[in-house]
Amino acid sequence: MPLTTNTILICAGGACISAGEKSVKDAFEEELRKYGLDEVVRVIETGCMGACTLGPIAVIYPESVFYQKLTPDVAREIVEEHILKGRIVEKYLYKASEGKPVPRVHEEVPFFKKQVRIVTRNLGVIDPTKIEEYIARDGYFALAKALQMKPEDVIKEIKDSGLRGRGGAGFPTGLKWELAARQKAEKKFVVCNADEGDPGAFMDRSVLEGDPHAVIEGMAIAAYAIGAQKGFVYVRAEYPLAIERLNIALNQAREYGFLGGNIMGTDFSFDIEIRIGAGAFVCGEETALMASIEGERGQPKVKPPYPVEKGLWGYPTVINNVETLANVPWIIRNGAKEFRKYGTENSPGTKVFALAGKVKNTGLVEVPMGITLRELIYEIGGGIAGDKKLKAIQTGGPSGGCIPAEYVDTPVDFESLQKLGAIMGSGGMIVMDEDDCMVDVARFFLEFTVEESCGKCTPCREGTKKMLEILEKITSGEGTEEDIEELEKLAHVVKDTSLCGLGQTAPNPVLSTLRYFRDEYLAHVKEKRCPSKKCKALISYVIDPEKCVGCTACARVCPVQCISGQVRQPHVIDQAECVRCGSCIEVCRFGAISKVTPALPVEEAVE
Amino acid sequence: MAKVKSLEELMKIKEQALKDLQLRGETGKRGKITVAMGTCGIAAGAKETLKAIVEALNEYNINDIAVVQSGCMGLCEVEPTVEVRLEGQEPVIYGRVTPENAKRIVKMHILEGRVVEDLVVKRGEA
Repeated sequence: MPLTTNTILICAGGACISAGEKSVKDAFEEELRKYGLDEVVRVIETGCMGACTLGPIAVIYPESVFYQKLTPDVAREIVEEHILKGRIVEKYLYKASEGKPVPRVHEEVPFFKKQVRIVTRNLGVIDPTKIEEYIARDGYFALAKALQMKPEDVIKEIKDSGLRGRGGAGFPTGLKWELAARQKAEKKFVVCNADEGDPGAFMDRSVLEGDPHAVIEGMAIAAYAIGAQKGFVYVRAEYPLAIERLNIALNQAREYGFLGGNIMGTDFSFDIEIRIGAGAFVCGEETALMASIEGERGQPKVKPPYPVEKGLWGYPTVINNVETLANVPWIIRNGAKEFRKYGTENSPGTKVFALAGKVKNTGLVEVPMGITLRELIYEIGGGIAGDKKLKAIQTGGPSGGCIPAEYVDTPVDFESLQKLGAIMGSGGMIVMDEDDCMVDVARFFLEFTVEESCGKCTPCREGTKKMLEILEKITSGEGTEEDIEELEKLAHVVKDTSLCGLGQTAPNPVLSTLRYFRDEYLAHVKEKRCPSKKCKALISYVIDPEKCVGCTACARVCPVQCISGQVRQPHVIDQAECVRCGSCIEVCRFGAISKVTPALPVEEAVE
Repeated sequence: MAKVKSLEELMKIKEQALKDLQLRGETGKRGKITVAMGTCGIAAGAKETLKAIVEALNEYNINDIAVVQSGCMGLCEVEPTVEVRLEGQEPVIYGRVTPENAKRIVKMHILEGRVVEDLVVKRGEA
């Protein structure tokens, strides 16, 4: 055993890497070398720890002290103070609401305490590039156990657990396996769908980066259950780190004999290949995904036949999402009954969410199903940033909808969210405050689906485009009430007649905002007013002459030089020239600049 | 790496790997040994002491004790100093802990639960 006194776990999830994790790690290692401590202190990069707003993060064991917002300089100071002298450096600890530093966040801070970690149990705990650490945390014991069971008993266990697909639609996983197992075919396949494409969602990436073996083990168990010999992980090219760690993990699993021929001394053989997607959102749709794996253009086909009947190259294929598969080893190891202790009757277990938007603690969280949106946003998420008012919660990305604030006590499960016109989705959750315009949000998501529509079927190709044009007309202040009706009609047509899930769900952001925020649409078309003061065509920036002290800060920052005025005299904005970039409002220290809606008529504003 | 052929073999790998993980302090810590590693301590040979402690713990297969370093405890004249703090017992500070003494401390205090009287500098909370 190596000589080790301290272990520094550094979060190497995507967010922390972007925040400078690499340079922090280098600083730790360099400083440890300087003090001759590099042999007794281990530095390990782990998967995402979840608290992405606080990154880069490091946890130092054995004391399990949590340091946040690290820089190379801070890292050097921590080595000198904490590692060398054994003193916790308080100023870099997480601060609780009263400003009190908290060294051990996992026990004390609601963001961590309220989570239930099944899928993310190893994230931030183990080194994802070491299979031994996964084994130390009971890794591959589920596979060993499954191999001693009959395939139908494995399926029964998953069925009993009530596990439902975490990719968004929530189809019962055990049933899917059973349907595939029933098929008589010379070949069968298991596919892991890691083509995570919703804007702002990163659950699957984090799991692949932080605990790739859990997905591999889940796939091997699925393969044993249905009688497959070969598996594919379909992962998007934009996830290079996930691909790298998955490759390392696959090789290790082969070395240990968890993949390959005669797994663990049985006559079950199975291996996995990675297929890299070229960044098309539609390839997350299972028939398009299969076409892409087969080397065809990534376009969906009509279902049925379903993949469990005729999948890859016409053979029965089970396609499960990353998070679904990562649940499997836990369920086999602990049993369906244990799994059902979490979540609700119809939605057992947990769900991982990528919490984003106007919430204080953005990041990756795993919560039991049935938790209310309120608990998720206010307790785990820490409430709305800037203490503004919650307006809506967007779930399910471009396929989902906006849930207005009055439904904040809704439990998070498949049925409850669907009832509100939103969906569980893959786990993207964007929190919106009073500054977010719902029409603009609908426009944003539709812009995304228009771009990502594959173009095969007319309703999706043409319909979403037309819908986007109407939304752009409304946000630019030229919409009419008839446009809203037309938009709604079109939305229903696209929803009902599109070929695949992309088109069928693309109108959801529009339909849900129309359902709950129709008054905002009406304000845009009738009064030419954007209540959130977001749509540029409907607002003006004005300077309050009473408050303006003539400091010239705004005039200097204006990119189009449309602000004029003498030093120490109130300034004015030339509305005809103003591009509404908002730079002036950010630099004004006197609160003299504000937005008004509807926009001022240009003639009046010019003095 | 030989392929894993049975549950027993998997269990063996787990046990080995778990020891490594436990060192991080996630599970059942019975207590910790703190080695004072200020300049004075290091000059007096605290690095060798630290090494000897970890080796001794390995030798006796003890994995529920954390080994940490600290700064100077202020007892520079009796360096290297080591504090043994076991769950539910008063802490003991030992002085002049050479590698040989370190091994005695691990064997007697950690393994057998007897304080090494001749090396004690201080007992109880500071």
